[in-house]
Parts: sequence; structure tokens; C-alpha cells
Amino acid sequence: MASARKTPKGLMIASTAFVLAWIVIASFPFLWTLWGSFKVQGDFFSKADWRYALTGTRTIIETGGPFTGAGYEGAWIEQEFWRATLNTGIIVFFTVIISLTFGTLGGYALARSGHNYSFWLLMVALVFRAMPHITLVSGYLLPFFQWNVWGHLPTAIIVLVAINQPFTLWMLHSFFLNIPKDLDESARVDGCTQFQAFRHVIIPVMWPGVITTGLFSFLLAYNDFAVTSMLLSRENQTMVPAIYGYLGSTFEEGNVMFAVAAVVSSTAPLFVLVMFFQRQIVSGLTAGAVKG
Amino acid sequence: MSHRTFLMFILPSLVAMILFIALPLVSVVTQSMHIEHEQVLTETENCGPFGCTMETTVDAEATQRLIDEKPMGRFNGLGTYFDRGHLASAEVAQAWKERESFGGFLSDLYNLPLYKAIAFTLTYTFVVTPLTIVLGLLIALGVNRVTPILKGPTIFVSLLPMIVTPLIGSLVLFWMIDSQGIIGKSLQWIFDDPDLSLKASPALTWITLITYGVWSSAPFAFVVFYAGLQTVNTDSLEAAQIDGASRWQQIRYVVIPHLMPLVVFISLIQLMDNFRVFEPIVGFSAQANATSLSFIIFNDLRGDTMRFNSAAATSVLTVLGVIILLTPVLIRTWRDFKGKAV
Repeated sequence: MASARKTPKGLMIASTAFVLAWIVIASFPFLWTLWGSFKVQGDFFSKADWRYALTGTRTIIETGGPFTGAGYEGAWIEQEFWRATLNTGIIVFFTVIISLTFGTLGGYALARSGHNYSFWLLMVALVFRAMPHITLVSGYLLPFFQWNVWGHLPTAIIVLVAINQPFTLWMLHSFFLNIPKDLDESARVDGCTQFQAFRHVIIPVMWPGVITTGLFSFLLAYNDFAVTSMLLSRENQTMVPAIYGYLGSTFEEGNVMFAVAAVVSSTAPLFVLVMFFQRQIVSGLTAGAVKG
Repeated sequence: MSHRTFLMFILPSLVAMILFIALPLVSVVTQSMHIEHEQVLTETENCGPFGCTMETTVDAEATQRLIDEKPMGRFNGLGTYFDRGHLASAEVAQAWKERESFGGFLSDLYNLPLYKAIAFTLTYTFVVTPLTIVLGLLIALGVNRVTPILKGPTIFVSLLPMIVTPLIGSLVLFWMIDSQGIIGKSLQWIFDDPDLSLKASPALTWITLITYGVWSSAPFAFVVFYAGLQTVNTDSLEAAQIDGASRWQQIRYVVIPHLMPLVVFISLIQLMDNFRVFEPIVGFSAQANATSLSFIIFNDLRGDTMRFNSAAATSVLTVLGVIILLTPVLIRTWRDFKGKAV
């Protein structure tokens, strides 16, 4: 919105102030927790004076220095948070790969088929997308117990893939709509089968959309709590349920700091993700909107 | 594309959705109509020196056999739906009969677990959604005006509350609002009340959760609106300026109508996401003062005794809620689709 008139100074200052305030509101909680994770509990939750968290008064008394890695040591070594991290890594990796494979094939079909049923499939997918995940979990539990598949990583992966499908289909469908039909149709004219056209013409040009969709599949799998907390056994636990587990022992001196350290550790990859893929995330968020 | 090729392409995705979304829904409906077995009781006559007594004991073996045979339990019809934990038809009827005022009736309703959850879920959904849209629009308008140097960092920082794991985001805030945390302490100082705690009263808990909801979803609205603002037609803006429209009038009559389709889109996504509010309640440990539909399902499923039938009945009611919520959208999309076909 290029304004022809010059923005008056007052308005300029007001909007800058507002934006700065929003930046503080959005980022301060994370900075504060990052800072606090290197302190002892007496500073992070200060009974005496909140400024202890800044100066690290109790931390100096208890550990001798203004910063301590005790929370991280407790979480990663004592509570074996690395195990949860590894599980999250496995689950996220396979969920993203399988979701995208299924999703590109399905999304391509939906975008190129003009039949009525593809519309209905998309509508059903929309309803599935809106369903709270926990309602599905209550359907899985009993059968999974019966079939003895409860608690294993592959079970959680395939469930997350399925839950992810409606969203992946919608996103890739609208992405494939933007790839000109002429591309694969001319390949068909040259004698390719539909699959060959997909393989040789569409796959080389689909990567931007696939990467964007992949980022959102990653977020869904990484951020999931409902499915992983209910479907995984203790030794296969992922990061988010593990952190929830630490809270059971909350406010026992020291243990809260394990949770704080674990929270910071698991936020770090997301931070890096935004840093490198900001543009793709933004385009993904707006992709659906442009279609209306 | 022929039907056959279409099927080949969509098959993996379709199978995954049928097996793990559609069938679980069938499973939920079936489970909700069953209830756990009654324990098998056996009566034995116990004769001692002082005469005979009849004794009832639980036959654990027979009970276990029954459970192994039919793990879902015995058929209960719609019984679970109308019990005290769900629609509570008897209790509602009684409360209605004995009501002194409409408000009294509502507060009786609020004491029933399902209605309590519905009250919070709906309040959350219909308060957070509009606030998100307003705040997102304000940030987008603000960012659009500030110097370009600030724009990149603002978008970067704004994405954080949105993409961070909901449970973790709420934990981060929860620790800060703790009466010993920085925000909790500051509030005590501002209101000059050393006992002030955001966790204590239902009203404050609701406000906290709603604040979290707006904080975590405003970035989404902001990003979408910001992208929309880049495509506002400069000609119509200039025309409005020439006609003497004030800055506010330009926004009201040119920018907002342009963004209207985006408002619809954001509301749709937000309604869906807010209706399943769950993690914040866990993260803020708010279950005493606020529960949601998703949360009571979760609550039924954890712990030693999993109440599958109860969780399933709530799930079915929740899915019905989702469908009701989406009906206007579905009808609209159907009309658009028909319109395109003609």
C-alpha cells in the first residue's frame, strides 16, 4: 500500500511504538526463559526479588558463578532427554517423508481431476482437518491395545501421517493447480502415461511447494502432544510428552529447571527453522488465503 | 484424468485416511455405545460353627474371561450419552424444573462436566477468533507503515509464538505468570496485592488462557493480512484520497473490503483450531477452572482406569460440534462449486 501522501509524524511514531511493543510481547517470553534456564530455581522463581533472575544472586551463592548448566545437565544426562530427542527425530523424519510422498501423489490427482468426487474428497478432508486429534486417539487406543501395536514408534508415525494427510492434500492440491496444465498435457501428447508425465515433468518443478508443505508437516509432527502422549510407551516417548512428564515432579527443588532446560532445548530447532525458512513459512501461510 | 489413474494416484493417501481417520471414527461411535462389563459375582454359602451365611464374591477369573472375549464391554445403547458425565438429561431436567432464575439454571448446568467444558470451549473459540483478527490486522497495518529495516525482524519474531509447540508456549508463559515469576510479581506490584494469583480464580484463568490464545494465533492473522496489504489497489486508494477521504476512511472503505476474503479465511482456520483448544489447559494446569472438550477426552483416557466409553461419547459429541461449526462454510463452498460448474 504505497501511500501517496506522506505519513504524518505522529502516526509514524505511534505505529512504530506499536510494532516495537508487539516485538517485545512476541519475543520476550522466549528470551526470558532462555536467560532463566541458566540460573537456579531460586532465581527463576524468585520469592525475594524478581531482579535476582537478572543478577543471578542465588545462582552465585549456590554454584559460584552467575550462570549454571545444571538444568541442562539434569535434563539431558540425568533424565535422558537425548532419548526423547532421538525419538522425536525419528518420528518427524519418517512422518514428513511419508506424508509428502502420499500427499504429492494425491494432491496432484485432485488438482488434475475435474470430477465431482475430487471436490467431495476435498470437503471430507476439510472436515477431517477440523477434527480435534484427541477424538481420533480415543478411537485408536482400544484396537491398538488389542492388536498389540500400542507404544511403538511406527504406530505413531503412521497415525501422524494419516492425521497430516488432509492438510497436506489441501496445500499440495492448491499448489499443483498453479502449475500450468499444459506442461503435463503436452507430455501426454508426446506419448507419456500420466505417471510418466508426473515423474518427468511435474516432479522437477514441484520442489518449492513440497518444501513449504514439508515445513508444515514437520511442525505438526514436532509439535504434537495429543497423539504421541497417548500412543507411545515410556521408553519411546518424544520430547513434548517427556517435558510434560517432568512437570509431574514440578516444584520439587531443581526439577523445574530440568523442564525449563528441556523447553529451551526443544525450542531451539524451531528457532533455527524460522531463521532459514521464514520466506517459505510465510508463503505457505498465505497460499491458502490467496485461493480464498 | 481417468478414474483409474486418479484412484492409483490417490490410493496411498486415501487408504491412510480411511484406516486412521474414518475407521477410528467408526470405532469411537461403537465404543461410545458400549460400557465396561459388570464384575461377575458368585454367591457361595459359607457354613461355619455359627450357622450358614451367604457370601458374595467377585469372580475375577470369570470377569477377566468376559473382558478377553468382548474387550469393548457390553452394549449400552445411548446410555453413556445421557449419563451425568455427558448430556446429563436427568440432571438438566431437574435443574430446569427447580430453577429459580435463568441464571441459576445456567450455573447448575455449569456444574456438570460436559457443559462446563462446552462453556469454556465456545467462549474461547468465539473470543479468541475476533481478537486474533483485530490484533493481527493492527500489527499488519503498523508494520506496513514502519521503516523497512524493522519489517524483516518483525516477521521473524512474530512467527515464534505461532510455530512454537503449543504446550511449550503455554509452559513458558505459565512460568512467567507464576506468583514467583516475573509477570506474576509485576502484576502483584501493579495492583498492590501480594496475594494476587492468576491461577486462583476461574475468571482470571479464563483471561489468561484467552490471552495466550490471542498471543499464539495473532501472528498467523498478521502474516496473512500483511501479504494481503501488499496487493491493495493503489489506484483506488489514490482515488479515495482525491475524493478527500481521511486516513481512517481509506482503511474503512478501501483496505478492509479488500481484506474481507482473508478475514473469512482466517476465521475459518481459527474456528477450527480454537475449537480443539487443549494443550494450553494442560500447560497452564488450568483444569480446575477451565476444561475443554478435548481436555475431558484426554482426562478420560489417562490414568489407571481408562474410560473408553466416556471418552468415545464425548468424542462423538465433539465431532458433531465440529460439523455444526463447519456447516456454513461447507454450504458456501458447495454453492461456489455449483456456481463454477454452471
